[in-house]
Amino acid sequence: MNCNRWESRLITYMDGKASGAERREVEAHIAACAACRTRVKEFGALWGMLDEMPAVQPSQAFDAQLRARIAVEPAPKSFWAWILPPPRLAFSVSLLLLFSVWLSSLPPAPGPGPAAPTEAEFKMINDLPVLENYDVLANFEVLSELPPKPAPVDR
Amino acid sequence: MLDVKAGDATSFELLLHKYRAPVINFLYRMVRDRAAAEDLAQEVFLRVYRARKEYAPSAKFTTWMFRIATNLALNAVRDTRYRQAEFSIDHPADGEESVAPSVSLPDRRPGIEHELMQRDRAAFIRRAIDTLPEKQRAAVLLHKYQELDYDEIAKILQCSESALKSTLFRAYETLRVQLAPLLAQSQQGIQD
Repeated sequence: MNCNRWESRLITYMDGKASGAERREVEAHIAACAACRTRVKEFGALWGMLDEMPAVQPSQAFDAQLRARIAVEPAPKSFWAWILPPPRLAFSVSLLLLFSVWLSSLPPAPGPGPAAPTEAEFKMINDLPVLENYDVLANFEVLSELPPKPAPVDR
Repeated sequence: MLDVKAGDATSFELLLHKYRAPVINFLYRMVRDRAAAEDLAQEVFLRVYRARKEYAPSAKFTTWMFRIATNLALNAVRDTRYRQAEFSIDHPADGEESVAPSVSLPDRRPGIEHELMQRDRAAFIRRAIDTLPEKQRAAVLLHKYQELDYDEIAKILQCSESALKSTLFRAYETLRVQLAPLLAQSQQGIQD
């Protein structure tokens, strides 16, 4: 007989937690099934055996040790304590901010002004009309007046 | 627990007084080491204390507490330190005397033989429980020794009630096979 579907019901029945209808169903099955009848009988004996297992008592030091560990626990922080910064940090940030504002409000320091134009720069300004005359720049005939370049000597 | 949440220190003392023995016993039966069980139990109560402000009474306090205890115990059992102790045949567990015959001289005190037999029997039962897979063992301990309801145990072990009953059935079936010699003795004793 396949008794798999009776697994849960047998546990509930053994615990005395089965409803009236469930109990009658299980009892009818037990009456018909020798394996489950033995199982129920042995489960009962087994549960009695498990009750024989001795319990341990907490040691004398248990409470004292636990209290000592609780004593060093940090106090839980409230929401506002979590949101607001600690006073030292708030003070430092405020000082830094004030210093920055003060620095930015200072007038600019008098520095060395723009440098006076040099003589070479004046000369370049005077030469500008020649430099901007493209006809002069496009005339290459003056290059023919240059002395010829000496030929390289073969060894 | 709601009084503890409100900051009543006396209520925490009451909780500790009421639940420390069940929690230590549960953990001891899970990890098989008394000192480790007490360490873990302290961790359970510390976590309860730390989480007191966030505690929401959506579940029973015992369910919440034993869920913490079970998680800690399962982690500890999975830890190799406890595994070594668990499967050591040569070294008996803490609080358990060796099964090997250690009495060489006859002791004439009445009941000593019975006491030794009881110890051997308890050691045999304990070893059978220890051979169960961790989740089955936790289910049996919560069901048999803490006498919690199915829905509470199911929440602690994070499974459905029907899965829990199935787990319990398989665990008790295994124990029935393992403890068959003792069961046979019991049946014989009843018949005699």
